Amino acid sequence: LAHGGGGKAMKDLIDDVFVSAFDNGTLAPLEDQARIDLAAVAAQGDRLAFTTDSFVVDPVVFPGGDIGKLAVCGTVNDLAVGGARPLYLSCAAIIEEGVSLDLLRQIAGSMAEAARDAGVGIVTGDTKVVHKGACDKLFLTTTGVGVSGKVWNSAPSRRPGDMVLVNGLLGDHGAAILGARGDMALESPIESDCAALHGLIEALLAAAPGTRALRDATRGGLATVLNEIADASDTEIEIDETTTPIREEVKGFCEILGLDPLYLANEGKVAAVVPPEEADAALSAMQAHPLGAGTRIIGTVKDGEPGRVTMRTVFGGRRIVDMLVGEQLPRIC
Amino acid sequence: MNLHQPIPAEQSGAVEIRVRGRVQGVGFRPTVWRIARELGLNGEVLNDADGVLVRLGGSGAAIARLLERMEAERPPLGRIDHFETRPFGGDLPREFRIAESVGGTAHTQVTPDAAICEACAAEVVDPFARRYRYPFTNCTHCGPRFSIVTGIPYDRAQTTMAPFPMCPACDAEYTDPADRRFHAEPIACHTCGPTARLVRFDGRAVSFDQHSMLDDVDAVCSLLQKGEIVAIKGLGGYQIACDATNEDAVTRLRILKKRDAKPFALMARDIEIVGRYCALDDIARQVLHSPEAPIVILPASGTARLPDVVAPGMTTLGFMLPTTPLHLLILRRMDRPVVMTSGNLSDEPQVTTEAEASARLSAIAPYALVHDRDIANRIDDSVVRIMAGKARLVRRARGYAPAPIQLPPGFEAAPQILAHGGELKATFCLVKDGEAILSQHQGDLEDAATYDDYCKNLALYATLFDHAPEVLVADKHPEYLSTKLARARAGKDGLATIEVQHHHAHVGACLAENGYPLDGAPVLGIVLDGLGLGDDGTIWGGEFLLADYQGYERLATFKPVAMPGGAAAVREPWRNLYAHLMAEMGWAQFSLNFSELALYAALEARRGPTLDAMINNGVNAPLASSCGRLFDAVAAALGLAKDVQAYEGQAAAALEAAVDEDVLRGEDEALAYPLNGPNLRGSGLPYIEPLAMWNAILGDLILETPAPVMAARFHKGLAKAIAVMARKLSRRDSAEGARFTHVALSGGCFQNRVLFEQVVHRLEAEDFTVLPHAQVPANDGGLALGQAVIGAAQLIQ
Ligand SMILES: [Fe+3]
Ligand SMILES: [Mg+2]
Ligand SMILES: [Zn+2]
Ligand SMILES: [Zn+2]
Repeated sequence: LAHGGGGKAMKDLIDDVFVSAFDNGTLAPLEDQARIDLAAVAAQGDRLAFTTDSFVVDPVVFPGGDIGKLAVCGTVNDLAVGGARPLYLSCAAIIEEGVSLDLLRQIAGSMAEAARDAGVGIVTGDTKVVHKGACDKLFLTTTGVGVSGKVWNSAPSRRPGDMVLVNGLLGDHGAAILGARGDMALESPIESDCAALHGLIEALLAAAPGTRALRDATRGGLATVLNEIADASDTEIEIDETTTPIREEVKGFCEILGLDPLYLANEGKVAAVVPPEEADAALSAMQAHPLGAGTRIIGTVKDGEPGRVTMRTVFGGRRIVDMLVGEQLPRIC
Repeated sequence: MNLHQPIPAEQSGAVEIRVRGRVQGVGFRPTVWRIARELGLNGEVLNDADGVLVRLGGSGAAIARLLERMEAERPPLGRIDHFETRPFGGDLPREFRIAESVGGTAHTQVTPDAAICEACAAEVVDPFARRYRYPFTNCTHCGPRFSIVTGIPYDRAQTTMAPFPMCPACDAEYTDPADRRFHAEPIACHTCGPTARLVRFDGRAVSFDQHSMLDDVDAVCSLLQKGEIVAIKGLGGYQIACDATNEDAVTRLRILKKRDAKPFALMARDIEIVGRYCALDDIARQVLHSPEAPIVILPASGTARLPDVVAPGMTTLGFMLPTTPLHLLILRRMDRPVVMTSGNLSDEPQVTTEAEASARLSAIAPYALVHDRDIANRIDDSVVRIMAGKARLVRRARGYAPAPIQLPPGFEAAPQILAHGGELKATFCLVKDGEAILSQHQGDLEDAATYDDYCKNLALYATLFDHAPEVLVADKHPEYLSTKLARARAGKDGLATIEVQHHHAHVGACLAENGYPLDGAPVLGIVLDGLGLGDDGTIWGGEFLLADYQGYERLATFKPVAMPGGAAAVREPWRNLYAHLMAEMGWAQFSLNFSELALYAALEARRGPTLDAMINNGVNAPLASSCGRLFDAVAAALGLAKDVQAYEGQAAAALEAAVDEDVLRGEDEALAYPLNGPNLRGSGLPYIEPLAMWNAILGDLILETPAPVMAARFHKGLAKAIAVMARKLSRRDSAEGARFTHVALSGGCFQNRVLFEQVVHRLEAEDFTVLPHAQVPANDGGLALGQAVIGAAQLIQ
C-alpha cells in the first residue's frame, strides 16, 4: 500500500474499504458529517452522552478479536458504564503506509460486525495514511454518542456493606495480547473477552436501580478500577481471592510471567457496586445475560482506610492491592 | 564521655550536674539519691526536658566520688552519654531529696522493653516472696515499657496498666526511693495486678484431669510436655509454643501455621539447655542474658539434636531465654527447649488481642494462656547473629526499639526528619536533637495488617517523641507503599520530600551506626543486596558506591542479568539460574557441554518457549545487577534450592548452611571459584563477571564434587572477587593517592556469616578499615536510618 503518488486513487480505495463495511442509512460517504434527527434521539431520554477513545494495540489482530472490534466495544462500553444507551459512532483511522488492504478489510469488517451486534451505527469517519514508522500499523479513534433513558447518576456515595460484582473471568484480554506478542507460544491461546456491555448493564440497572458505581475494568485491570472507585468514594474495598474469578490458563500464564492477573486489562468486564439489598437481584439479572453468566460477588465496601483496596487471600491474610504508578516492577529487596 | 572531670578539692561550693543519656525511667534518680545519702551530700535530683539534673552541696572530694560512683553503679538499663558540672548559686535542701520533674516532657524517653532481671527472677520462684509465681513481676530494672505505652508522659496512666490501681504494698514500693521498684510504672502483684488464665479456644472449660492445676501458667508446661500446642499472650504479641523435641508436635504446628520451612524460634529455661544443642561462646552467653534478650542464631553443634523439622536444612538454631516472668514460670519445669514462634498465620503480623487470637489462632492451638494486660504496641522478638566476633542485629525490635541511636558528629543541627524506610522489613526513622529513633521491625507493608500497624506506629512515635517532621524521606521506588505514603502525606501537609536511592541509603545506615562523621571523606560502600531501584531505572543489587552522606558515584556493579518473571524470579531460584546460563553461554552451548548433568535435565523440563520469549523480548524480565539473585542461581545449580522458596532468602540460607568449614578455612585459594572484573560494554562500568565461575561450577558438577565443597568455593571466590574489586577501585597505587581508605558493608547478603567474615577478613588484609553493621540490620530494616541521615545531610548544607 503506497500513499502520496498514487494519492487520490489509493485514498478512495481505503475509504471504500471502510464505507462499504459500515454501509448504513445514516453514513453519507460524500459528506463530512452525519446528520441525526434530534427528535428521534430525544424520544429515548433527556441526556446526550458523548465519549471518545483512541485504540492502539500490538498486535492488531489477536485471539478473540482485533483492533476494530476493540474500538467499537471500548467506546460502546464507555457510554454504557455511564448508564447511556449507545446510538452512533464515528471512526477515524490512522494507517501506516504498507499495511495490506486485506488486513484493513478484515478489521473494518469486524468493526461493522461489532457495531451491528451492539445495535449502533458507524455514521461518519475519516482515514489518513502516514509514513512508515509514523504509526504502528493502525490507530483507531472512535467517538460515541448515546442517550440516557433515565438519569442514572453514579453518585460517589458508596457505603460500607455495598457489594462489588464482576461479570466473569478476569485478565483474558491482557493475557491474550501478551500471549499473541513476542511468540509466547501458548499451548491453548487465551482469547480476549472483548464485548459490548450495554445490554448487560441495562439489565443490571433495571434489576438494581440503586447501583452506586459502574466501571469497565480495562487498562490496569480490576485492581485499578477498584482503586479508582475506592478513591472517589473514600471507602475501602475488600475483595476475596477465593471468589474472584480467574481462568486457570490465565493463572498459569501469569505465574510463568510473574504478573498479577488483577492488573491485566479486560475489554468485556464491568465492576459494579450495588447496595446490599439489591445484590441478589443484580446477581441474577447479570447471570441471566449471556455476557454475565460468570458474574460473581467478589467483595464488599468497608469502612476502612479510605481509597484502599485489599484482597483477602486464600490463607486468610489481607494483601494491599494498590494502583500501580508504572509497570509491575519487583518491590522485593 | 568524660566521667572524671576534676573538681578542685578546695572547692566546697554547690554544683549542678547535667546528665544526658538513657537516664529517665530506668531508676537513675534513686541511684543518685542513694549514693548522695551514703556520701553525706545534700541537694536534689530531678528529671527535666534534657535528662537528669543533680544539684549537690558538700565537699569537692565527696562530689567527685559521687560522679565516679554514678557511672559505676548506674542502673542496669541506664546509660550515661555525657555530663557536665558547673557551679550552682541557688538554694539547696539540707538533706538529699528526689524533686518533682520540671519543664515539659519533650525528651522523656520511652525505653525498650527489658527482659526479667535476676532479682525479679529470683523473687517469682521464692515461696516466701510476695510475688511468688506472679507472672507480671517487674521492677525499675526490667519489665514492659514500649509494648504497654499509650502516650506521654510515661507514667502508669499512659500505659495499659492504667486499669490496675496499685495496692498499698505496691504503692509503698513505688514511692520508696530505696526500693528497687521506686517509680517503676508497671509494677503489680497478685493483689492488684493483671492475672493470667488458661483457656480453650473452643470455649469449653479446661478440665482438671489434664494437668496439675497448680496454677494456670504452670499448667501450660504440662500441656507442652504432653505434646500440645499452646498460644501464649506474650509481651509484644501472641506466641505459639510446643515442645521442640517432639517431632509430631512441631510438624503439626508447621502444617497448621502454614509455615513450610522457615526456622522456628526456640526458647529454653536456661543456658545449660541451650548449650546441649548449640555451641556457645562468651558473646552468645552475654547477649542471651542481656536485658534485650533477643533470639540469637547459634551454630547447631551441641551434643544433642532437635528434629530437623524445627529448622529444616539449617545448621543453626535461633534461641532465646525467658524474656518475661510469664515465660520463666511456664518453662520452670521444662527441661527441654520449646518452639516459641509468633502467633500468626504464615507471614502476617502476630495477633495482639484475645478476639484476634480466637479468630486466627484457634485453628492452630487448642489452648491459650491469656491475660488482662493489653498489648498496646505490637513488637516482635529481635534476632541477632554473631559474626566476626560481634552480635549483629538481623531484626531489630523488642528490647532495642525505640532506643535512640546517637547520630555522628556534624548531625547536631539536623532538623526534624521522618524517613519512611523500605517495603519488606519495613521500619521508619525519626531524626530529632542529633538522635535517630529507628522504629521496630514491622514486616511486609503489602500485608494490610502490617501496613495498618506501620501507620499506627507513625502516629505513636510522633506523640512519644513529640516529633513533627519538616521533611519526609523515602526510597526512590515509586511502587513502595512507604514511598507512596510519604508522597501522599507530603502533598497533604505541604512537606518537602527527599527520595534516596536504595543502596545509597544502605551505605548511609552503615556510616551512621559507625559514627562516621558528616564531613568524613567518601568511603567505598559495598552493598550486596537483593533488589533496589537504581538511578538509571534498572534494578540494582550488587553495588560498589563511592559514597558519603551527601552523594555517591557508582564505581562498579554485579553483572546485570534478566529476572524472568520479576518477583517470580525471587520466589523461584531456578529462573535466575536459567537466566544466568543463558546470559553466559546460551542453551546451545550449555546443552553441548553439560547435557549429562541432572541440572540439564531439570532445566530442560522447566524452560519453555514462553520463558525464552520473556528473556529475549524483555517481557517482565527486567535486568538486575543483584548479588542476592546470584546466590539464588548458585544455590539452584548446586541443587540446594527448592523449586519455590518457602520464605525470602531460603536458597541463600541453604547455600550458606551447606558450606564445608574445612574447605573454607583451607589454604587452597586456587580452587575458589574465579569471578572476573571486566568493564560493561557501553557504560564501561567495571562489574563482577561470573562466566568463569559458572564454567568451574558446571565442571565441578560433572566431577560430582560434593555440594558443601562447592558452596565453600563459591563463598570464597565471591569474597575474593569483592576484595580484588575494592583494591582496584581504590586506585591506591596512583599518584594522587587512594580514593578511599574505609569500606562500608551493607545489604541483606551480609547477613550471611560466611560471606561477611570472608569479606571482612580479606578487606582487612588489604588494609582497608571496614565499617560493618551491628546495632542496625544490614538488610532493609536499616534502610530508614540511612534515608534519614542522607536526607539530613542535604538539609544541613
Ligand atoms: Fe535492600
Ligand atoms: Mg488506592
Ligand atoms: Zn526486675
Ligand atoms: Zn500490688
